[in-house]
Amino acid sequence: MTKLEERKNKVVEDFSLYDEWLDRYEYLIELGKALEPFPEEKKTEDRLIKGCQSRVWLDADVRDGRLWFTADSDAIITKGIISLLISVYSGLTPEEIAGDDFAFIGEIGLRENLSPTRANGLVSMIETIKEISAEAVSRKLGSRLRSK
Amino acid sequence: MMKPLQLREQFPILDTKVYGKPLVYLDNAATSQRPKSVTEAFVKSCNSANSNLHRAVHKLAIDATDAYENTRRRVQEFLGAAHPEEIVFTSGATAAINLVAYSFGEAFVGEGDEIIVTEAEHHSNIVPWQLLCERKKATLKVLDVDDNGELQIGHLKELITHNTRLMAVTHISNVLGIENPVREIVEICHQSGVPVLVDGAQGAVHRRVNVRDLDCDFYVFSGHKLFAASGTGVLYGKRLLLDAMPPFMGGGEMIETVKFSGSTWAKLPGKFEAGTQNINATPTLVPALDLLEECLGDAELAENQESIKKYIYGFLENHPRITQYGRPADIERKVPLFSFKVEGAHHEDLALILDKMGIALRSGQMCAEPLMDRIGVTGLLRASFAPYNTMEEAEYFTKCLDKAIEMLI
Repeated sequence: MTKLEERKNKVVEDFSLYDEWLDRYEYLIELGKALEPFPEEKKTEDRLIKGCQSRVWLDADVRDGRLWFTADSDAIITKGIISLLISVYSGLTPEEIAGDDFAFIGEIGLRENLSPTRANGLVSMIETIKEISAEAVSRKLGSRLRSK
Repeated sequence: MMKPLQLREQFPILDTKVYGKPLVYLDNAATSQRPKSVTEAFVKSCNSANSNLHRAVHKLAIDATDAYENTRRRVQEFLGAAHPEEIVFTSGATAAINLVAYSFGEAFVGEGDEIIVTEAEHHSNIVPWQLLCERKKATLKVLDVDDNGELQIGHLKELITHNTRLMAVTHISNVLGIENPVREIVEICHQSGVPVLVDGAQGAVHRRVNVRDLDCDFYVFSGHKLFAASGTGVLYGKRLLLDAMPPFMGGGEMIETVKFSGSTWAKLPGKFEAGTQNINATPTLVPALDLLEECLGDAELAENQESIKKYIYGFLENHPRITQYGRPADIERKVPLFSFKVEGAHHEDLALILDKMGIALRSGQMCAEPLMDRIGVTGLLRASFAPYNTMEEAEYFTKCLDKAIEMLI
């Protein structure tokens, strides 16, 4: 089992403990509160994810060929959701992330939150993570070509 | 006399369960629910009087045209307009405002002219005027609101110059729930010869409107916010003005003669109703307005609305974590539409949790970004009540709101 699969299974397992939606929200709220502090100076327009009712900032660093995400939001449930996404995808290679189908979101019952309405930014968050990964992959290819 | 529970029987959707809990629908300012009489009128139009309007001589065409034109007379009566041809059907309030912004703008607005709007407007009563101003190199001026959400009427006279061509103002703000002194605004504007458009999207829902009493030059509203089918809307305009305005859209119905050397336009209201109209939905305005007038005139329903208004207003005022916006000096001018923020809890989080408790309300900017900027927030929560909402629902809402706040803090 890859690290990514392991992590996704753990999230699905954690969520299966909660039948009630309010309990799931409680869990997301806890995740949101536990998220590492995000520096104020990083809350810039270019890190803001468009298409959310609340404001969500996402930042990515590349270290040792892996992507490390940090994020924040002014809404706590949204912060919980981005925290969950980060816990699954941070520290993986761009190729691993770009190649994933993000289907586990459906398995944990967040599918209804996936509707592409203005009210919910989950789609935008996933799209941004995908974009960042795809960009990192193509940058890597680019630098490989240049080094030849 | 009718009790809210009797009224609810006419709205099948109100029996809906969401996530296993009874639906508590408090998003009425976005759209109201539809009573059986409205869906029946829609089905009847489809099943027994469906034909294109005004064109053919056959029986179905006559029936469909009759239903459509009878609706026009019903709306005329509802608004107290002098003539049926002063009623133009549109797809909604937004379309009606765009029609005026384009057509009135073509006739009367030029470079250096000014249009006045207010800080409390819905985007639909801002953006069409911005587009007009860009097109004509005109200027958009803004009448401000005070911290309680009251229009600063005292500033209006200073704003009006000899270049002012029109003032557009909302009857009741979709965020603040305050009835604006439209009559006074019209009087001030008319002293300087400035016509006034009133956005009645919320106003027509909560107040009896008489356009001749108000003396406004244009009044617009949407059918879907007052029980009718969506895609129905009304523009009232004084005949003199509508006559002087060029067509907005070209097409069938709006012409008198069409020649390649030049065409001539139909008389009012046809001039502004190009193309096939909303044949089946428009007649739903008749049962919708019948029911709305019944609700507005029913003592028991009015008392219920008043009790809910006082209860929610008081709850929000006295809550240590809540700030509400739209606090008129005279509570009589407040309608049961409440926008507020909760200290330490984001509006989106609250709306998501309340949704899971069965409560439908609105969160966000509510299509009034300039007003959000004025208040200094990125968004608010809004609960808006209709005559079919009960005191039990109001109490359930406050209980759930407290529970949601507790979860988040």
